[in-house]
Amino acid sequence: MGKKKRNRWRKSDTQLTVLAIPTTVWYILFSFLPMFGLIIAFKDYKVTGGRSFIYNVFHSEWIGFKNFDFLIKSNDLFIILRNTITYNMVFIILGTVLAIALAIIINMLYSKRKSKVYQTLMFFPYFMSWVVAAYFLDAFLNTDKGLINNMLKDGGQTAVQWYMNPSVWPFILVFMYLWKSTGYNMVIYLSSITSIDQTLYEAAVIDGANKKQQVRYITLPSLKNVIIMMFILNVGKIFYTDFGLFYQLSQGAKGSIFSAVATIDTYVFNALKSSTPIGMTSAATFFQSVACCITIIVANAIVKKVDSDSAII
Amino acid sequence: MKEKDSFSRLNRILPSTNVVFNIMLIMITIACIIPVIFIFIISISSEASLRMNGYQFWPESFSLEAYRFLMREAKIIIKSLGVTILVTAVGTLLGVILTSAMGYALSRREFKLNSFFTMIVFIPMIFNGGMISSYVVNTQFMHLNNTVWALILPLCVSSFNIVICKTFFKTNIPDSVVESAQIDGADHFTIFGRIGMPLAKPMIATIALFLTFGYWNDWFQSSLYITDTQLFSLQALLDRIQRNMEMMTKNPALGITMQEYMKNMPKEGARMAMAIIIIIPIACSYPFFQRYFISGLTVGAVKG
Repeated sequence: MGKKKRNRWRKSDTQLTVLAIPTTVWYILFSFLPMFGLIIAFKDYKVTGGRSFIYNVFHSEWIGFKNFDFLIKSNDLFIILRNTITYNMVFIILGTVLAIALAIIINMLYSKRKSKVYQTLMFFPYFMSWVVAAYFLDAFLNTDKGLINNMLKDGGQTAVQWYMNPSVWPFILVFMYLWKSTGYNMVIYLSSITSIDQTLYEAAVIDGANKKQQVRYITLPSLKNVIIMMFILNVGKIFYTDFGLFYQLSQGAKGSIFSAVATIDTYVFNALKSSTPIGMTSAATFFQSVACCITIIVANAIVKKVDSDSAII
Repeated sequence: MKEKDSFSRLNRILPSTNVVFNIMLIMITIACIIPVIFIFIISISSEASLRMNGYQFWPESFSLEAYRFLMREAKIIIKSLGVTILVTAVGTLLGVILTSAMGYALSRREFKLNSFFTMIVFIPMIFNGGMISSYVVNTQFMHLNNTVWALILPLCVSSFNIVICKTFFKTNIPDSVVESAQIDGADHFTIFGRIGMPLAKPMIATIALFLTFGYWNDWFQSSLYITDTQLFSLQALLDRIQRNMEMMTKNPALGITMQEYMKNMPKEGARMAMAIIIIIPIACSYPFFQRYFISGLTVGAVKG
C-alpha cells in the first residue's frame, strides 16, 4: 500500500470522507440493513403496530430452522430450484456461444456500414422492458387473437392455449432471453474482437492460415479473458433469475405452467404479494443470498487456480 | 492505412460467404424488430377487425381510434408520464452524484479510510439481503411504500458503476495533479467539481444513460411498493393493464360510469398504443446514445 504511512488525520481526509458519506448512508440503508434483515429467516417475524422494523426483529421469537423445514417440505422447492439453475445454465451457454458467433460473423462482413446497422438493430431489444416484451409475446401467442393461433386456424388446425401449456415454455423463455440479450452480449465481444492486434492476423495469413484457423487460433484465445469474466459474473448470479423474463412473459408465473416457469424469484414475489407468512419466503431468499455468495467465491477461486490473471476478486 | 486496406482485402471471406452471412444477419435483425412493427400495426388496426380476425400484419381496416382514445384519456397518461419523467430525472441526477462522489473518494490512494469505504462498496457485490428483507426494510423501516422515493432510491447506486468511476478518476487524475491543486489552495471539493467532473463527462454520460434507461424501463419497484394509482409510472400502468384492463375504468379521476366506459373503449388497440408510446422515446434516442452504451459496456468488461 502507501509508501509513507502518515498517521495524522489530515484536512483532505475529512473532505474525502464528506464526499463518501452520502453514498455510504445509501449503502447502509439499502444494502447492509437488508443483510441484517436476513436474520428474519430464523425468526417468527411478527409486525407489532407502531413499532419500528428493528424493534420487531429483536422482539420476534427465534425459531431456528423451522422456516427452512417448511420450505423443504413444500414440493415447490425442488421445482423452483431446478428451474432457476437449469435455465441459467442454458442461458449462459447458449447466450455466450450465440453472441460470440455473431460477433465473429459481423466482424467479417465486407461492409462496415452494414455491420453497424445490424449491431444497432440487434441491440434494440435490450432497451425494451419485460413488460413491453410481454406485450410483444402476447401479440403472437394470445389464445384468441394471437398471430400464431390465427395461422393455425387458417391452416385448419385447432388453436393452442400457449399460456396453459407447460411443455412449450422452456423454448419460449430461452428464445426470448436470447432475443433480448444477444445484441448486448455481442457488443461486448465485438469490442474485444476489434481491439485484437491486427498484426497477429497478418502474420497468420503469411503463414498460410485460413479464416477458420484464424478464428480458432487467434480470435477465440484473445477473447478468453472476457469470456471468463462474463462467465464468473453470470455464474455468480446463478441463483438469481431475470425476474421480468419469467414473471412478465408467463403473465404471473402461476397456474398450469408453474412447473415450467417458476423460479426462486417469481416464487418469492408471488408469496410476498399473497398472504403467505413472510418467514418461509425469507428462508428462500436467505438460501438464495448465501448460495449466491458461495458460488461467486468458488467460481472465482477456480478461475484463479486455472488462470490467475482472469480472476476478478 | 492503404497497406492495411489491401491486407484486409486479401484476408477476407469469400463473396458467397459474405452474402450468406448478410442474409442470416438480416433475418436475425428482422426478428429483433418485427415485434415492434407488429404492435404498431395492431395499435392502428380498427377494433372491429381485431375482434373479427385477431392480430394480423395486414388488418382489414385501419383506424386511429386507439390513439384518439388515449388522447381523451390523456389525463391518466400524462400523469404516468409525469411520474416516469420525474423519477427518471431525479433518480439519474442523484445516482450520478452519489456514484461519482464515492468514486472520486475511493480513487485517492492517500485517503485514510480508503480501504474501509472500499469494503462498503465491495461487500454488496457478492452478498445481498434479497427481495424479502429489502422489502421489509423499505416498507417497515423507511416507510417508502406509496411514495415516489420507493421508485427512485433503491435503484440509484450500483457498486459496478462506482468501480467504473473510481478507475476513471484514478487513471485520469494522477496524484500529482491533486497535489499541485492543493498547493494552489484547492480542497477536494473544488478538485472534484472543477477538475474531476468536467474531465469525466463521457464516463458520467455513460452512467447517466444506464440509469436513465433503467428508470424509464422500471416496473418492478412499482409492482412491489406502489398501490396508489396516482404514482403509477408508464411501465407500471402498462403492467397493470396487461393483467387487468379494467384498472383504467376504475380510476376515480374519470367521472363516467364503468359500463359506459367499457363499451367505448378500444381495448386491444389502446393497450398496444400505450406500449408504442413507451417505446417511441427509446427507439428514437438510443441510436444516438448507443456509442456511450458501448463504451460503458467495454469499460465494465475490461475493468470489472
